Amino acid sequence: MDNHEKRQIIISGLGGQGVLFITRLLAEAAVMKGIPVLTSETHGMAQRGGNVVSHLKTGGYHSPLIRPRQGDLLLALDPNTAPLDSVFLKPEAIKAINSPSLHSTDSDRSTFYIDAVGGAQKSGSPKAANLVLLGFAVGVSQNMTPAKRLFCSMDDIRNVIHNRFSSDQKQSAQNIAALEIGAACAK
Amino acid sequence: MNERKLLLGNETIARGLLENGCRIVTSYPGTPASEILSAAAFFKNRYNLPVHVQWAVNEKIAFEIAYAGAISGLRCAVSMKQVGLNVASDPLMSASYMGTKGGFIVISADDPGPHSSQTEQDSRLMAMLAKIPVLDPDSPSTAKEMTGVAFALSEAFEIPVMIRPTTRICHARQDIEQHAFPESFQEPEFEKNPGRWAATPKFRFQLHRLLEEKLLKIALFEQTAPAMVNETRATKRSSRVIIASGVASAHAMEILQELGLFDSIPMYRVIQPYPLHSAFIDLILSTYEEILILEETTGVIETQFADRRRVKGRMSGHVPGAGELLPEIVENIIRKFTHLESLSVEKPSVPGKRPTLCAGCMHRAAFYAIKRAAPKAIYTGDIGCYTLGLNLNAVDTVLCMGASISQAAGFHHAFKQTKKRSPIIATIGDSTFFHSGVPALLDAVVQQVEFVLVILDNGTTAMTGNQPTPASGFGAFGEPLPHVDIESLVNGCGVAFCRTVNPYELKPTIALLKEAVQFCNGRGPAVVIAKGRCLLDKNPGPAPFTPVEVEITDECDECEYCTTHFECPALISGGEGRTMIDSVLCSGCGVCIEVCPKGAIVEKNTNPG
Repeated sequence: MDNHEKRQIIISGLGGQGVLFITRLLAEAAVMKGIPVLTSETHGMAQRGGNVVSHLKTGGYHSPLIRPRQGDLLLALDPNTAPLDSVFLKPEAIKAINSPSLHSTDSDRSTFYIDAVGGAQKSGSPKAANLVLLGFAVGVSQNMTPAKRLFCSMDDIRNVIHNRFSSDQKQSAQNIAALEIGAACAK
Repeated sequence: MNERKLLLGNETIARGLLENGCRIVTSYPGTPASEILSAAAFFKNRYNLPVHVQWAVNEKIAFEIAYAGAISGLRCAVSMKQVGLNVASDPLMSASYMGTKGGFIVISADDPGPHSSQTEQDSRLMAMLAKIPVLDPDSPSTAKEMTGVAFALSEAFEIPVMIRPTTRICHARQDIEQHAFPESFQEPEFEKNPGRWAATPKFRFQLHRLLEEKLLKIALFEQTAPAMVNETRATKRSSRVIIASGVASAHAMEILQELGLFDSIPMYRVIQPYPLHSAFIDLILSTYEEILILEETTGVIETQFADRRRVKGRMSGHVPGAGELLPEIVENIIRKFTHLESLSVEKPSVPGKRPTLCAGCMHRAAFYAIKRAAPKAIYTGDIGCYTLGLNLNAVDTVLCMGASISQAAGFHHAFKQTKKRSPIIATIGDSTFFHSGVPALLDAVVQQVEFVLVILDNGTTAMTGNQPTPASGFGAFGEPLPHVDIESLVNGCGVAFCRTVNPYELKPTIALLKEAVQFCNGRGPAVVIAKGRCLLDKNPGPAPFTPVEVEITDECDECEYCTTHFECPALISGGEGRTMIDSVLCSGCGVCIEVCPKGAIVEKNTNPG
């Protein structure tokens, strides 16, 4: 198994922001590539606007949860929870954080900010900040050395969206537009 | 090779049930179990399977429906969350004595943490109490395999079998191998045998003796025996052993591998925590000096070791007695057990965001109206999204399903002799009212309890993902069904005051609530049905309101009345002298226009002049 298939990813945000949806897209990208995957999701009361976090592990793990200091990548839709989520990350992990004010002020070469809400508005689907952030994170990862890269590419995510929305071309196009806006910000 | 698909733990359980020829699946929604039945309904519909799949009005009823199918020789299953099993415990205790013909699986999903429950109770203890075997899956894929094992076990010993997944199994996703559904299904056959299916106490004693004999044999059943996961020459020589079940076993395996202990410390995965295999207990006690047991949420495996002098677990204090066994906790327990240095994790204290009712939710309008109509009342609450009326200080008590009504009655009886009496207002959702509110309301009518019951009727079981209620007129996979009218039901209970109101119209709602409070004095319960529609409900139906665009004028001085007393997430006070509207979150219900004491929230004039 390639080293880059073994990844532990944290995706966090508030209920309603679409944390579950992008977790699922990433997990489906793994399945499509034949990489074993395990995720853990927040359902129930916290989905009503409370803190929501998904763990996603690819490349052959037993436990669905990530332990402190083990995560390779963070996607944070709510900048306020990023410090708490970071407990679960390796020191060198990549952080992609949605924040309206701090974008592209890369403080430590592994933290990347994007105004995903603004990006979503630009894309024409104001609620698609989750996809903008996903596109951004995948884009950022592609700029990294192979050892730090994600297990999937933009093309993989595009394919997953195409498959999922094969009966709704319009939705598919909107989702990919939001994804592309995020990816463009990573360049 | 069969195709691998990404499935939620609950979906794999549903898939496993149906691949193994299950003919009846019933449930009442509850996190973390809800998606089991939704997935069964999806597969039934998609593959046109001859399976009866239904949401029942509560867990007891769901259990009894599925159980009758099982004593007719069919494979049947009922699923619920752990506190739902409390509701279904009456038939469970009896069904274990009488046993079954067709395989009968009771799925009770536990919620260590708890993440979305009132308690951290361990359903495996309920299995012990009922004296039925229980299986404890450690991943979505084993949960699927266990459905087949459970049916086989159930049929071999004519006994109900429990599968006890936890939140981390139910709400984990994994790539799962799918198998075909059976080509043919069993036919039902009910063999009359009143001595068994309608046993009187004398026969129950016989059945109890039989049950004890079954349990002794089940503790020898090879298919569910614990298995060593890492048998090597080195692990054979160890004096220490780890025994784990459920997701704690998945955590432990991964941690042993990462700490480089996988080849030195033997580990057993327990599939069937109760009854624990008798030969296994003997083997462990005769082989090892130090025994560590990792399980959630109580020491069910641990307690079955009669000699616990060498056992470290929850009862001995080596494993915390409450809370979820997170992998970082498991790691430190294993480190201590193997004399490695513990790790400390400092979690920064970041103020988390509490859950809240959605922007535009009808419940928020209803709670606001309740507070305005009777600001000094005792507010008894119930289980559902509307528990979040807590945020508006409109919920004082939450005990369990249906208790808002009986607790209102209790408060009434407690205070009726006193001079200082507050009004009592109970709130309950439509689904919870059907689940267990109706008997409580009957009692309140007979006892002339002076209180106002507000039924928050959003037409769905919202918190758990918009499952239908008996009032919906459709079933688990959208099939049309007859429906029960709530107002007729309330009238049928003998309530003299029952009126329906649209809570988005604040003034009439407040006026009606005041009238109801007046009415109940000296006359018994008054019921107000606040009728709207859940904004998350994707089932067809009329929109709850015509959206309006709102804006905040210069009159706003950020007094925070709206953000405190109405608590809509789309209204934001950021300390900048003026409250803002989050236009992405705002759903345009326009209720805040009436809430603002200064008239500073107005409908946007899109056509000036």
